[in-house]
Amino acid sequence: MKFGVVVFPGSNCDHDAFYAISNVLRQPVEFIWHQSEDLANCDAVILPGGFAHGDYLRTGALARFSPVMKPVKHFAQSGGLVLGICNGFQILLEAGLLPGAVMRNIGLRYICRHIHIRVENPATPFTQAAAQGQILKIPIAHNDGNYTADPQTLAELQKNEQIVFRYCSADGKDDAAGNPNGSLENIAGICNRERNVTGLMPHPERAVESALDSADGLVIFRSMVESLVTSAKASA
Amino acid sequence: MATASAEIKVTAEIAAEHGLSAPEYARVQQILGRDPNITELGIFSVMWSEHCSYKSSKVHLKRLPVRGKLVVQGPGENAGVVDIGDGLVAAFKIESHNHPSFVEPFQGATTGVGGILRDIFTMGARPIAVLDSLRFGPITPDHSTPSVSPESIAKNRRILDGVIRGIANYGNSFGVPTIGGEVCFEPCYSQNPLVNALALGIGKKADLFFAKARGTGNPVIYVGAKTGRDGIHGASLLASAEFTEESQQKRPNVQVGDPFVEKLLLEACLEAMTTGAVVAIQDMGAAGLTCSTTEMASRGGTGIEIDLARVPQRESGMTPYEIMLSESQERMLLVAEKGREPEVLQVFKKWGLDAVVVGEVADGGLLRVKDHGVVVAEIPAHPLAEEGPAYQRPIAQPMQNKESAADWFVFAPEQRNLTNNFKRLLASPVISSKRWITEQYDTMVRTNTLAVPGAGDAAVVRIKGTKRALALATDGNGRWCRLNPRFGAMHAVAEAARNVACSGAKPIAATNCLNFGSPEKPEVMWQFSEAIDGLAAACNELETPITGGNVSFYNETLGSSIYPTPVIGILGVIEDATNVLKMAFRNDGDIIILLDGAPASVPTAVNSNGANSNLTREFSSSEYSKTIGGIVAGQPPAIDLPGEKRLQQCLVALACSRAVQSAHDISDGGLAVTLAESCFASAPARKSGDSLGARITIEDRSPAESALFGERGARAAVSVSPASLDAVLQTARKYGVSAKQIGKVTADGIFSIELNRSAIIEESVETLHDIWAHSLERALKQ
Repeated sequence: MKFGVVVFPGSNCDHDAFYAISNVLRQPVEFIWHQSEDLANCDAVILPGGFAHGDYLRTGALARFSPVMKPVKHFAQSGGLVLGICNGFQILLEAGLLPGAVMRNIGLRYICRHIHIRVENPATPFTQAAAQGQILKIPIAHNDGNYTADPQTLAELQKNEQIVFRYCSADGKDDAAGNPNGSLENIAGICNRERNVTGLMPHPERAVESALDSADGLVIFRSMVESLVTSAKASA
Repeated sequence: MATASAEIKVTAEIAAEHGLSAPEYARVQQILGRDPNITELGIFSVMWSEHCSYKSSKVHLKRLPVRGKLVVQGPGENAGVVDIGDGLVAAFKIESHNHPSFVEPFQGATTGVGGILRDIFTMGARPIAVLDSLRFGPITPDHSTPSVSPESIAKNRRILDGVIRGIANYGNSFGVPTIGGEVCFEPCYSQNPLVNALALGIGKKADLFFAKARGTGNPVIYVGAKTGRDGIHGASLLASAEFTEESQQKRPNVQVGDPFVEKLLLEACLEAMTTGAVVAIQDMGAAGLTCSTTEMASRGGTGIEIDLARVPQRESGMTPYEIMLSESQERMLLVAEKGREPEVLQVFKKWGLDAVVVGEVADGGLLRVKDHGVVVAEIPAHPLAEEGPAYQRPIAQPMQNKESAADWFVFAPEQRNLTNNFKRLLASPVISSKRWITEQYDTMVRTNTLAVPGAGDAAVVRIKGTKRALALATDGNGRWCRLNPRFGAMHAVAEAARNVACSGAKPIAATNCLNFGSPEKPEVMWQFSEAIDGLAAACNELETPITGGNVSFYNETLGSSIYPTPVIGILGVIEDATNVLKMAFRNDGDIIILLDGAPASVPTAVNSNGANSNLTREFSSSEYSKTIGGIVAGQPPAIDLPGEKRLQQCLVALACSRAVQSAHDISDGGLAVTLAESCFASAPARKSGDSLGARITIEDRSPAESALFGERGARAAVSVSPASLDAVLQTARKYGVSAKQIGKVTADGIFSIELNRSAIIEESVETLHDIWAHSLERALKQ
């Protein structure tokens, strides 16, 4: 099993994702440069946070044209696990691997703080180690996390249970105060219809050790590892 | 100023327009043995500007302690460097970007952050934290500033907003956590805000890089962003002259930052350094290409020859004068080993950055600048860099208005309930929570942050791969320095070090940013000289040598100076990162102890109404006196440096033995504010989300306001589980620190202080928290 962390020019959470996988999860991981034409035989790919290509024009708008996105798309279409965190989520949206878009936060300011999200769908490779409704304390750090989608897309997301995480209060309630950026339906993260591509605005890689105030993000990476172990066994 | 072509004949008048005095111009002629041409004049004018040459401060800076066991690099390089064990070093430095931040708050602040980050990674260290020490004019029409107009308040808010957005924009995008600093408000900063940015980086001791050119024939390589016309004379005109009504016209002198390019430059430089082909490197900050070429040559004892035609340019038709003086951001100059330049160029190509060989290291010690092969400037590098003017400027202590007790704060009658005054104090912009600001910063990127802003007295980052963590704090009290620059400067060092110690770290080194008015005013030079002596005394006593920093003079607008504001950054080391201390109370029933390293320094003689004149004088300089009484007078509290040191040693020992649950120093707003903040900080870690309370009982013969809100140093409040009480008292005794039990942490949601058996403060923690947590945001949204 091997993880790959894509490095775009301007990625700045690439080292953090790498550290979480290698030093906390103790799994093999390597960086993949954005100009790479392949994914170095990785079994799961993480698009990390940051400001890929400076986020000029629009978040993720330039990154979708990086050469590495071709093999990432191919990998996703063939069932490979792809996780987009923050800027990585924005890139997946721009690349069309996930539906919808993000807008500027409702307060028009960058926000960095711990928030709470609730696991809405534990039946994905990214949440299978979590319980339905489990509340995770995880930081956000973004300017543009205000998720939006047209009514038809939203209906599809709901019908197919693609809403994986919702912002909530500390005790798990849906309330406006728990939603930091104005996201539609308190959406914090979604997956594709096939469940193998997930993107979320919060940073699970920043919540993997109690020294960092929370280890709640670990469950997402553990789920990925479990899922990869299961599929490896199935194909063995 | 016209950016003139090379044909202009230089005269003494043109030299004067460039800010060179007649004797300075004569010295230029003497060094060259002829008249300079216009490009050379431009080069001399920026190198000999106050900002780059330290001509007014040099003679005084020599009095600062700069040596220490752990100091690897003191002042004179891009940043100070200290040994932090395990073969690692910390590079850190603080710098001002005051004038640009007034003229154009957003870009002024971004380029301030960008400049200090480059200083760090130029040394081969990866930046891991940024702190910002900020001073603005009032943002609320408070009691003490009746003369501040609504327009001025609105403008101060806009400046604050632009500066915060600028800092956030640059640091967040670059990927360095912005994790601390301070924000203060005083009328004197209305027309001259202070933006001091401190950056910290980590590198390997064996792989440090310095800005010393060597090896004749080695290629000189320009890397990074292209050169444009922005920032020409930023250092000489913007930073080295006071403000007038026309200063807004200097907006084109402010540089424009691009954090994305800086991020690429960081990664590319660190990667290029691993090739082993880089001999020397220096960033292009103030005075751009001029300063980097001159200083690299001068430090290396060599010459440098470059051809400007090869410099990547963003605009066409730039003159040699403009190219040499441009302060375009995100550029570096490096010297590579001859024959290995392709290895270096390859790395920059990978990161999509320009990298061009623009010249080479030469014998003879000359800075020789060509344009398409034609020599346009030829100056001996060493005299240009090192033999600039140095002035012993006139010094005169300002006339002090005779102060009498009538000017001082009048204490409230005994036993009066002070809850309402306490609430006003908690709501004041200086005391209230800065969360609205710090939430706009990415405080967690790189996953090293052990104490986010507001969690502890210092910012704490762990060092991955080791057990250690580093703590950093900045401090500077302009009001106190205005009243007594020597004591004010001592307090700045003592408080920053105390903050670091409250996180459990041993203070090891300092960096300073000295913000003052015009050095041409004898009273400003007196303040400067006094402050230097104060810094020297405190840094010597606390064993925190100064490893670098900068001096910012000419913080004046329309003839009036800012408060003298030396800002100190102190770095400390925590041997075991799991011992980091924060300010939050942790458990119901824990005992609250007031530690005092200098109990004997309390003025004791008491008159009939419970006060004495020393105590009243001290209290008149406090935040409470300013906020509640509208009075800024008297003297800073007396300072006892050995007492400060004892307290700090005691705190570090307590942290090491894990004997205390929390620690928080006593500073702005005094004991009452300290204790309330420890309550407020407790909420996030509790399941219920409610803050713990505190029940405090004090016996004190001084007036209630002084006992609760006095700001005397060398004190901290710690909380202790009953089982550890004896051990804590014993440790305090061992270090000669007084330890008084003053109350208990409670879970009843009430914050109360009883003094000599009278209830002075009693209120629900929730009510107090609401005032403290939201005042700043409410003020800014008015």
